[in-house]
Amino acid sequence: MTRFLSKNSRTVGLAALLALLLVATKLIQPDFGASGLESLARAVLPFAFATVGMTIVVIAGGIDLSMAAMMAVASVTAAVLMEGASDGQAAIAVLGVLVLGLVMGAINGTLIVLTRVPDIVVTLAMLFVWQGVALLILNAPGGGAAPWLRDLVVGGVVLPGLPTALTEWLPKAVLFLVIAVALIWVPIRRSRLGLMLYAIGSDQLAAFRSGIPVGLTRIVAYALAGLFAALGGLSVTMGTGIGEPIPGPYLMASVAAVVLGGVVLGGGRGGIVGPVLAVFILRLVRMDLTLLSVDPNVTAIIEGTITVAVVMFGGLLAVRGMQK
Amino acid sequence: MAESETTAPVLDAEGVSKRFGAVQALRDASLRLGKGEIVALMGANGAGKSTLVKILTGALRRDTGHVRIRGTEARLNSPAAARRSGLVPVYQEPSLIPDLDVADNLRLGRTPVDAFRHWVAEMGISDLRLDDVIGDLPLATLRILDLARALAAEPDVLMLDEMTAALPTDLVEKVLRVVRQQADGGRSIIYISHRFAEIAAICDRATVLRDGATVGNLKIEPGIEERVVELMLGGKVAPVASETRSRAAASGDSAIIPRLRLRGLKAGTRLADVSFELNRGEVLGVVALEGQGQDELFDVLAGNRRPAAGSLEVDGRPVAFGHPADAIAAGLTLVPGDRAHALLMSRSVRENIALPLLARLRDWGAIRVRDEAARVTSAIERLQIDTRAQGEVRRLSGGNQQKVTIARWIAKGVNTLLLFDPTRGIDVRTKRQIYGLVRELAGQGAAVLFYTSELSEVPQACDRVVVIFNGRVVDVIPAAEADEATLMRAAYGLSRAGTEPA
Repeated sequence: MTRFLSKNSRTVGLAALLALLLVATKLIQPDFGASGLESLARAVLPFAFATVGMTIVVIAGGIDLSMAAMMAVASVTAAVLMEGASDGQAAIAVLGVLVLGLVMGAINGTLIVLTRVPDIVVTLAMLFVWQGVALLILNAPGGGAAPWLRDLVVGGVVLPGLPTALTEWLPKAVLFLVIAVALIWVPIRRSRLGLMLYAIGSDQLAAFRSGIPVGLTRIVAYALAGLFAALGGLSVTMGTGIGEPIPGPYLMASVAAVVLGGVVLGGGRGGIVGPVLAVFILRLVRMDLTLLSVDPNVTAIIEGTITVAVVMFGGLLAVRGMQK
Repeated sequence: MAESETTAPVLDAEGVSKRFGAVQALRDASLRLGKGEIVALMGANGAGKSTLVKILTGALRRDTGHVRIRGTEARLNSPAAARRSGLVPVYQEPSLIPDLDVADNLRLGRTPVDAFRHWVAEMGISDLRLDDVIGDLPLATLRILDLARALAAEPDVLMLDEMTAALPTDLVEKVLRVVRQQADGGRSIIYISHRFAEIAAICDRATVLRDGATVGNLKIEPGIEERVVELMLGGKVAPVASETRSRAAASGDSAIIPRLRLRGLKAGTRLADVSFELNRGEVLGVVALEGQGQDELFDVLAGNRRPAAGSLEVDGRPVAFGHPADAIAAGLTLVPGDRAHALLMSRSVRENIALPLLARLRDWGAIRVRDEAARVTSAIERLQIDTRAQGEVRRLSGGNQQKVTIARWIAKGVNTLLLFDPTRGIDVRTKRQIYGLVRELAGQGAAVLFYTSELSEVPQACDRVVVIFNGRVVDVIPAAEADEATLMRAAYGLSRAGTEPA
């Protein structure tokens, strides 16, 4: 038990911090309740998917700056395809968008592996490419989303046999996130592929010598990031009912959450739970500061300061651990 | 093992060649391995040993030649393919993933856990937990884990690269016993080592490479060391007639305070205990096989790392370097082995040479252009640096780049120069110029420490040479006696007694 705690100290700490922040929110805003939680969760959802995708590439030793741009492409594609479509067609459109995400990510990864240009350069270039593509598809916010799809993320969970008073505290958006991550990432993490992703991020030469196909694994990492970008873009459209061609502030937020969540830039270390908790924390801090009617510019400064402080604290702990 | 020569070999590499650009790393290498045989793969630095190893393990593709395992052509396109062909290597640098725990590393390589545990216990590591993270374990343990992992895969051919380096003595014995048992059980092993004692203890044959070709295939028997050394050196006999030196090899050290004195220096896992003195006006050669502690030695002297034990004196005063700036302040200047570490590759020749002239705090601000220009021009002229491509150092040839790294210290004026393999990959003409330069610096009163991986350079550039083996100074030889054969024997830890009339 102590070994578990020491190995997951970061995650436990983040969870405690999140709980503390929720209590603080309740103190600041006494009528913060199930509906407040629900709107928070819905607002965080695209950020959370961006963070999950970013976490996977960073673990594999890369970084994907085109995350938010890919989300925009996914969002407008979904909105255009679903406008006036039947439920069945909408379902096919959703599948199509997910495949599109995989393809976009695989293109990023393939370019990096084939050209041997650093990840940060390739994905910066692709950021502009995907931005352009999104605007070509839809040059102003518009399109539509199938009602059943919106219903997946709006409101609280309803479970037969349990009183709504209890289940409404669990937003559908959180459930959607948990299920999506559980279906896609958990099986991968437990397979050899998951270990390979960690391996190439940890030590590329050792991975190569252990017989791991390094290039292919990298492409897979970027394809998975693309898939989660597609889910993020879909959740934008699901949450708002329209497609959004201008990328939101998801890129920097996801990088901050990845770092705050204990994933080492450079690869090999960290998990998915930490960054997801971190993204909730960062959004909640922002919401609290808004509730306290703090100047939005000051809010940004505070957010940055928290990230730096937490990362430095983590670094300090790591150094002390090494000296022992 | 006589019958193994007649039966079909387990591994049969023949006529393997490999070219990198203008360099022919391998011309005609062959290696044959019978069932249950341990063959030592030997060769001097640059003989092509590591290229052959990389080809056999799938890290490089051969240009020509065959590699057959159990009679069928082996596919060696990647390390994974080589493993599937039945050839499993254990590299000098453990190929375990540092951020994963032991169990995950085993899963990654599909290693059977029970067999792995068996071998780990067999080699005397009892306190291993499968959820230990690799990065937290000491190097010696990692090497054992790497070997255990390879054994658990039950390969046809096991390739061990300097397996006993970085291991404490008791582990070395256990490892050697296990390796011998493996061979007696019918497995074939390629054993790469610089340690003759180990080779004599467990190997059946030795295959010797020289200049990219296999030149010998010997049965291990008493007295084989001399034969192997002869083969590694080949036709090269008799030292190059070394021109007589005006300086009498700085011999009267009893009265003079040496420029640099090392006492029992120890650092990292490799540098164990090194003591010597370096005098003004002397070029002191350092000769060592790869990984005998010379990298750590130069790191300590240049202030890049702190020694674990021992003391350092400059001009008779004890010093401790915490930062490269301390070493430079004490007059110790490193020219690193990798030129890319010393030069600003995308800046001009002039800027690179002038850099140390400017690297003092009080010189911040305006650069005294005329003074700088005069010094730099004289350095360029003296070194005959080809300045046609002087706009960017990266566009110069390797030899000219190396001259720039030395030129900057001539421009600044140098007290003690630490040269780490300065002539690696440089053509003969430029090498000669560098020797001349080093001699000239010494003539001006500088003290030069000159590590080289090319033994033939020693009589041309040095006054004396210290030989390091296993992290210790094993011999100090005057340049006049330092022919290649003598140095090679000393570098392999063999005594000089047999070759010199006492």
